[in-house]
Amino acid sequence: MDKFVRKQGLVAPLDRSNVDTDLIIPKQFLKSIKRTGFGPNLFDELRYLDEGFPGQDCTNRPLNPEFVLNQARYQGASILLTRENFGCGSSREHAPWALEDFGFRVIIAPSFADIFFNNAFKNGLLLITLDDATVERLMTDVEQTPGYRLDVDLVGQCIHTPDGETIEFDVDAFRKYCLENGLDDIGLTLQQADAIRTFEARYKADNPWLFRS
Amino acid sequence: MAGRTLYDKLWDAHLVQQRDDGTALIYIDRQLLHEVTSPQAFEGLRLANRKPWRLDSNIATPDHNVPTTLKERSIGIEGIEDDTSRIQVMTLDSNCTDFNIEQFGINDERQGIVHVVGPEQGATLPGMTVVCGDSHTATHGAFGALAHGIGTSEVEHVLATQCLIQRKMKNLKIQVDGELGEGVTAKDIILAIIGDIGTAGGTGYAMEFAGSAIEALSMEGRMTICNMAIEAGARVGLVGVDQTTIDYVAKRPFAPLEDVWEQAVMRWQELVSDTDAEFDKVVHLDAAKIEPQVSWGTSPEMVVGITGAVPAPSDITDATKRRGVERALEYMGLSGGQKITDIQLDRVFIGSCTNSRIEDLRAAAEVVKGCRVSPSLKQAMVVPGSGLVKRMAEREGLDVVFKQAGFEWREPGCSMCLAMNADKLGAGEHCASTSNRNFEGRQGYGGRTHLVSPAMAAAAAIEGHFVDIRTWSPSRTQESA
Repeated sequence: MDKFVRKQGLVAPLDRSNVDTDLIIPKQFLKSIKRTGFGPNLFDELRYLDEGFPGQDCTNRPLNPEFVLNQARYQGASILLTRENFGCGSSREHAPWALEDFGFRVIIAPSFADIFFNNAFKNGLLLITLDDATVERLMTDVEQTPGYRLDVDLVGQCIHTPDGETIEFDVDAFRKYCLENGLDDIGLTLQQADAIRTFEARYKADNPWLFRS
Repeated sequence: MAGRTLYDKLWDAHLVQQRDDGTALIYIDRQLLHEVTSPQAFEGLRLANRKPWRLDSNIATPDHNVPTTLKERSIGIEGIEDDTSRIQVMTLDSNCTDFNIEQFGINDERQGIVHVVGPEQGATLPGMTVVCGDSHTATHGAFGALAHGIGTSEVEHVLATQCLIQRKMKNLKIQVDGELGEGVTAKDIILAIIGDIGTAGGTGYAMEFAGSAIEALSMEGRMTICNMAIEAGARVGLVGVDQTTIDYVAKRPFAPLEDVWEQAVMRWQELVSDTDAEFDKVVHLDAAKIEPQVSWGTSPEMVVGITGAVPAPSDITDATKRRGVERALEYMGLSGGQKITDIQLDRVFIGSCTNSRIEDLRAAAEVVKGCRVSPSLKQAMVVPGSGLVKRMAEREGLDVVFKQAGFEWREPGCSMCLAMNADKLGAGEHCASTSNRNFEGRQGYGGRTHLVSPAMAAAAAIEGHFVDIRTWSPSRTQESA
């Protein structure tokens, strides 16, 4: 996982609430047994005018000109600004894999669905929750200002806007630590192997029916 | 000191380590694996040269993209015509062999949808922590187990460490008292709850369902309710343990053996929220007021009673919400004010981890007995949740009832709930579905899903449009025994 310290990037607005994981990456692409290569199919049903299939070359597919990520001014965006309950629905980690593979590193919204939130941080994405009014204001600024960029500072937990404003945000200390250091948390948990073994031995004695060997 | 909620008790019993930063290491008793969200986790183990921590905690079965036609199924994995689906099922098969994990393979009679298989095998037990790379893992909370969906990184984490890094959720109680009307089911309760609190109403909470209407439900009904907790934003759904729970678990293959049965039951009886437990939020519903529900939009919260109508965007003041409704109506090809009973259907799907258990099939069969599927439908299908459900239904003659009525009787799997296999809607087609999500494209590109109970789906299949199951009186052309 890449380290995340600070990211300056172009912002793309997805002005829609309850964006579900089926919309982020439709199920036919979940048949892959790999973690990579989902970017071309991110938001497939919104992005293209035809139905997508796994393994297909997407470069010649008809693009939906209405869809925000197809518009010239948002090419190369790495920060996604969206509405409440982003990522609701299924637990598919293919959703953050697709967002990351497409090039997003930061997603800003008033709220996120729980499982998606968890999955995103494990893949180097920074999810920032801001209040409705701030998201509304940013949404207006992004739409009115071509080339609108934000500077996201994870260490300082703040976002710098082009007009010099600083917006602070909260981030879970453990998630911040893992992001900043690009850490795999399995390795961290295995440092506690003795504690897990001690718990397990006592637990097994108390609940013998839960162990078959 | 205030008493503890059921969630508090389950959390405390599995707490390996509480950390200063608010996170905790939680021990996992059971992991269920399927072909879609596990391949990258096994690959991760291989790359890091790690082994599963505890083999007997894991059970696998392919479900999401197995075909449901006998033609493909009779050959086994090799018979899966879709190349990418076949590779994924083969990958699960070889990973289970390589890592020595118990699998109910594609043509094992115990194969089925993970959330049907776990409880059916007694592999889901009260007091357990249960995880699976699937958001509908909340289903298992019906047993007083702490169960939730996880992503693939966490699947790998549980395989490698038997633990998850968690942050404690808040407690939400949904209190449903009173008696359900005739023809109103568990599915209608949960749809009504989601309609009430919204798809994010439970975000950050463990959602316990309580009250006399919940206590009166069978385990199948409780599973239907907990299954859809995630559609209200809650990763965890819970129901306290009672005699119904214990009776269901008894004598199942993975249930405690006789020597420890009494000990286990004594422990399980404690798995209820204390009477003085404090919840962060409580929502009340009157069961008697719940009508059979039908979703009209592209989010499970877009739901209304059968006597109702599709909402008119002009009645909605909040701009974001109004745009959402407008977009949903456009996608669904419906107009504001349209009566629910006027929605014409193209297909009917009875199945999924929400409603494919024996009780669901019995309820649907009861409705269609002696009737014929409307000629206006392109397809009506029943997909049992597991091979064992299928066998039981066939012993009861339900397959004959369905087939005589014009339904297709399929092999077990997730099928048209998420359309990863060949079972899908065509663009623009309306489907009465007993599944759990009506998202855009969920059941097929451009497909239009209406979530309903098995009885409502069955009656809709006969009429070709939705009807109020409470007042519907079909003309049965033939009497089946």
